[in-house]
Amino acid sequence: MPKLADLQQIVVQTRRDILRMVHKVNSGHPGGSLGCTEFFVALYHEIMELKDGFEMDGIGEDLFFLSNGHISPVFYSVLARNGYFPVEELNTFRLIDSRLQGHPTTHEGLPGVRVASGSLGQGMSVAIGAALAKKLNGDDHLVFSLHGDGELQEGQNWEAIMYASGNKVDNLIATIDRNGQQIDGPTEKVLPLGNVKEKFEVFGWDVLEIADGNNLEAVIAGLKEAKSRTGKGKPVCIVMDTVMGNGVDFMMHTHAWHGKAPNDEQLETALAQNPETLGDY
Amino acid sequence: MTKYEDQGKKDTRSGYGDAMTELGRTNHNVVALCADLVGSLKIQDFIDENPERFFQIGIAEANMMGIAAGLTIGGKIPFASTFANFATGRVYDQIRQSIAYSGKNVKICASHAGVTLGEDGATHQILEDIGMMKMLPGMTVINPCDYNQTKAATLAIADYEGPVYLRFGRPKVANFTPESQTFEIGKALMLNEGSDVTIIATGHLVWEALIAAESLEDQGISAEVINIHTIKPLDEAAVLKSVKKTGCVVTAEEHNYLGGLGESIARTLANQHPTPQEFVATQDTFGESGTPAQLMEKYGLNNKAIEKAVFKVLKRK
Repeated sequence: MPKLADLQQIVVQTRRDILRMVHKVNSGHPGGSLGCTEFFVALYHEIMELKDGFEMDGIGEDLFFLSNGHISPVFYSVLARNGYFPVEELNTFRLIDSRLQGHPTTHEGLPGVRVASGSLGQGMSVAIGAALAKKLNGDDHLVFSLHGDGELQEGQNWEAIMYASGNKVDNLIATIDRNGQQIDGPTEKVLPLGNVKEKFEVFGWDVLEIADGNNLEAVIAGLKEAKSRTGKGKPVCIVMDTVMGNGVDFMMHTHAWHGKAPNDEQLETALAQNPETLGDY
Repeated sequence: MTKYEDQGKKDTRSGYGDAMTELGRTNHNVVALCADLVGSLKIQDFIDENPERFFQIGIAEANMMGIAAGLTIGGKIPFASTFANFATGRVYDQIRQSIAYSGKNVKICASHAGVTLGEDGATHQILEDIGMMKMLPGMTVINPCDYNQTKAATLAIADYEGPVYLRFGRPKVANFTPESQTFEIGKALMLNEGSDVTIIATGHLVWEALIAAESLEDQGISAEVINIHTIKPLDEAAVLKSVKKTGCVVTAEEHNYLGGLGESIARTLANQHPTPQEFVATQDTFGESGTPAQLMEKYGLNNKAIEKAVFKVLKRK
């Protein structure tokens, strides 16, 4: 098991990757990516049981589905630094002929991605399907998924939330990135989500909270707790509070950096706050 | 003219249901999903024999398409079924992103297509589904003509890797193709050889085309009849071979002329062999309540409409 300090170094390097990827093409979504960096590092480096290499069917290993596909920079960085594809390929993010499309897709055959996402609200249904396949296959590994909080405004989520509890899909851990922001502003102004935890609970899920989703130790502890609650007849939800743009002071606590890249000067400032650890790609 | 016998009227959806029963016994990766329309889709036998391989999704078609996509991850072959309207237009983006763009091996099986579902009216009829589905890159689109062919098509798509849209209907119609037939995806079927005009039909309109051809023969017109069960990929070679011989074509389908089989044929001909063509299809309209026969008559989708179109196209040769 990697030491917390080692994982923290990966977090910082991942932030650098995110910033450099979106800066190079002057597009992409750094805010949500930075907010979920600790979650991704914890999941891929500490929590999930993964096999070497990549097979679409993922039998005998845990699976992850990213529903809010716009935070592809953090997904790509973590996949690359887990060996799914060469880290140098991060250089091709959003460029023509790249496997690293603006939003993740299977279409170009990028290892580590199992479904396209970006058009919001579809990932939980797909994760449920994969979880049901695991049950049919007698595979006791788990399915993880991540969803934006604003994304819960899409009605398909509530079809899926109702289905998962009604059918005891208890090998599924869906995490909600509760950063409280979406493109047009704070979620509670755009369309109030109210109490997300209570909403999942009345739909029959087992819900836990990670109060500080940018505290690596807390995220690992929360995910471990969530794992311990699987297999008990209920799907498990984690409501994880995060700060959009975490780790870069001028990007934090605002929706301004949802889909905007830093300029040269801003990049320099941001990178200075996150000194190189594992080596830039 | 080649004679075809109606072996007894049957609904094409029962062809789907009976094939599912067979697949339940022969292919353990096949799973079925339904959105609260089990009786209409005729899959109760599959459910009774394979309860663990059936997923009742409830009235939530978007979720059904996503779950179907997810089930393929792990090697399952999901057959997701509901009415054609709710299997396409209602969930177009779910099919587009989670199934087609993601290249998932999902079979979207859509009953009650066209106007012939009848009395429920336009909210439940759909005349745009072929267009929507054929526009999706990588999607195979199949519209079989009778019970036997629907059964054969259902069995065939289980062995095909990739997303498929299988379209069938509600009413009992003539069952005239062979009981044991090999269904070859993308292969046009020559039903009657002729020399004056080519009639290319799909779905319920194939039987109507045969009736029209018989009547035309009595009037001294030799009509070639081709059954296109696979609209995409289209058997262009068969189409071109026929029209090069006859010099004119009538297409017939229970669908809007915009986006349907007729347009696919027109594109092929415009590209490779410009030919006079008439379209038997609905004319950019919604349907309405009525009996299937009344609706086929009112919307110009029967053998009489085909015959009329043949006379019209013959004058343009």
